[in-house]
Amino acid sequence: MSDHAHSTTGLVHHFDDIEQQHEAGTLGMWAFLITEVLFFGGLFGAYAVYRSAYPEAFMRASSHLDVDLGGVNTIVLICSSLTMALSVYAAQKGSKRGIIMGLLGTMFFGAIFLGVKVIEYKDKWDHHLVPGDNFIFEGNPGGPEQLYFALYFAMTGVHAFHMIVGMVIICWMIKKAHRGDFTPGHHPLVENFGLYWHFVDIVWIFLFPLLYLIGAHSGSHT
Amino acid sequence: MSSTLHTPAQHASATKGAKERDTYLTADYGWKSWLFTVDHKRIAVLYLISIMVFFLIGGTFALLMRAELMTAKGDLFEAETYNKLFTMHGVVMIFFFLIPSIPAVLGNFLVPIMIGTKDLAFPKINLLSWYIYLVGGGATLYVAITGGLDTGWTFYAPYSSTYANTNVAAAAIAVFITGFSSILTGLNFIVTIHKMRAPGMTWFRMPLFLWAQYATSLIMILGTPVLAITVMLLALERTFHIGIFDPALGGDPVLFQHLFWFYSHPAVYIMILPGMGVISEIVACFSRKRMFGYHFIAFSSLAIAIFGFVVWGHHMFVSGQSAYAGFVFSFLTMLVAIPSAVKVFNWIATLYKGQVSLETPMLYALGFIGLFTIGGVTGLFLAVMGLDRHVHDTYFVVAHFHYVMVGGMVMAFMGGMHFWWSKMFGRKYPEAMGQFAAVVIFVGFNFTFFPQFILGYMGMPRRYHQYNDEFTALNVLSSAGATILGTGFLMTIVYFLWSLKWGQKAPQNQWDAKGLEWEKAQSPPPTFNFEDGERIVVTEDAYAYTYEESHTGSGHEVKK
Repeated sequence: MSDHAHSTTGLVHHFDDIEQQHEAGTLGMWAFLITEVLFFGGLFGAYAVYRSAYPEAFMRASSHLDVDLGGVNTIVLICSSLTMALSVYAAQKGSKRGIIMGLLGTMFFGAIFLGVKVIEYKDKWDHHLVPGDNFIFEGNPGGPEQLYFALYFAMTGVHAFHMIVGMVIICWMIKKAHRGDFTPGHHPLVENFGLYWHFVDIVWIFLFPLLYLIGAHSGSHT
Repeated sequence: MSSTLHTPAQHASATKGAKERDTYLTADYGWKSWLFTVDHKRIAVLYLISIMVFFLIGGTFALLMRAELMTAKGDLFEAETYNKLFTMHGVVMIFFFLIPSIPAVLGNFLVPIMIGTKDLAFPKINLLSWYIYLVGGGATLYVAITGGLDTGWTFYAPYSSTYANTNVAAAAIAVFITGFSSILTGLNFIVTIHKMRAPGMTWFRMPLFLWAQYATSLIMILGTPVLAITVMLLALERTFHIGIFDPALGGDPVLFQHLFWFYSHPAVYIMILPGMGVISEIVACFSRKRMFGYHFIAFSSLAIAIFGFVVWGHHMFVSGQSAYAGFVFSFLTMLVAIPSAVKVFNWIATLYKGQVSLETPMLYALGFIGLFTIGGVTGLFLAVMGLDRHVHDTYFVVAHFHYVMVGGMVMAFMGGMHFWWSKMFGRKYPEAMGQFAAVVIFVGFNFTFFPQFILGYMGMPRRYHQYNDEFTALNVLSSAGATILGTGFLMTIVYFLWSLKWGQKAPQNQWDAKGLEWEKAQSPPPTFNFEDGERIVVTEDAYAYTYEESHTGSGHEVKK
């Protein structure tokens, strides 16, 4: 009944061969990412509805975000994807040290991203831009501007949550890599986690322009 | 028919009757062996026990409602209490009984066996899904105990987000959590069906039950995340007043309805497609015929899953969406009738000139075909915008979806449980009792819900604890029917439990049926489903029933 067959190949009992096991794992990961697309999709849908209803309020509200910090975070996150890709490459080459270095790099950039996010959130809190009963926008209680910030916090918050989960998994993977669990022929965890991490990055690539950059265009067209 | 079934073709027959053969039930003992199991069959049994608990809870709520509706006055419960009863009935029955019923119980048990493999692709994730289900269920019970919920199962904003005085946030979190158990089940089935089919088990040799499970799983993984994000926003709105569904801040309550129904309409098909899969298995077996139009039934499952995602607006004809949107949704909704009718016609064509026998599963299957047709056709009434304005939010709608959910899915679940009971537990249920209970349930069901069509058409609104005097007679009829229906379900539960200990021991293939679960797996199967070391190779199409085989009773292939 044991789920682990501690053979050198890592083949689990209910699969015929290691190839089938890898394919199943990869397909499972892609299917999971599809669910994630729809999970964020609900938020993007709400964003589309409200931005088309209140384009000017969204631009005004967006101009209160710090484009520089957002831009830095975009670069940081792209770097974390690079280190993740290097970790997967190292796994294919069988370099234990390479895997761990790549993961640590990913962890490092992820931590910077979250740190910057904390600074941004703190700034919004100080300026009463957190939706709720204390919300004040340019001296007013704010109407649709509050919707913008509700979506801002919901979307970046869910995104940040995914990064935190990812970083917990990285810790676990570093432990496994240290133990030598990954071989050139068998490292599905590294590969599938790479997919996850890149997905979380791509979500940010959409979030950044939709949330940060629409304010820069104020007045160009409605 | 069962007396001729000691099949010499089975090597295991030498040990039959002896206690030493290990089944998945006896492979290990103790509560740990169950709570930490990764065996898909044991997880199916865990799910069966849990959903039956919720079925009894939800059924009790329903009976209390029918008791209130015996009289026109609101004399048994306060209006608030009644609101909580119908809300909890809906939440419990939909999220904790109907959605997991066939997929998580019969699907979990049968999918790996039917495709000839040892387990689902991700056994631990399968167990995790059950624990997530329990956490969600526990949260719901917490809500029920701490004051209940009165928003209706649909959680419509702005009532749920602003005005309700009940525990909306906790209920939203419960639904959020439970959603992930269904996502994980769907994910597991998709990967398993794609990657783990035995050699020779091509897509078009798969039993139609698997096609139905596959289509259901697609809906589960595509729809459920949207519900999750929707109820998350609702909980945020409720807790922090972020304004997302609050018109005072420019938020739009109708957006909630759009997001909610984007999942919850497809979820309706989560609650019927697996049932259709069960009916295909039963109809083929008890007609002793190949399925008529196999490919059409297979693809109609996928078509229903796809159409299901583009019809949500038909719940919102009176919510202020544009007339053009209403027109499009109305048209698309009618399209769903095509794949549904394809299935019904193919089942009937399968019955035609078949050697039909009326054991309990078949009684449920025939009941399903009739009741689902009524439920489906009245769905078309509701798809017509003009008529929908008349019957919207009346008992006509209540009757319609109960004909599909109870007359369809619950009948199919009951049929499936009877059909595969001996496979799951190695004992037969008492056949005469089963047939009797099936008739009781059918009669009780129609007495309960048919009057509600008339009540709705006469204008009785749903979700009120009192009504005008002229509706009394039909309401009494409906309540009386509910007691018959409830009795039927109780009878079934009692003889099922009885049969676990005292039922007649079942042979491997109780129904002389086709399919790997009958031809290759013992009753009950061993932990890895098939004889040790036996590699399943499939060489024939599904439903290879022929008249000669059933006629002479010697239809077992001679195979190595």
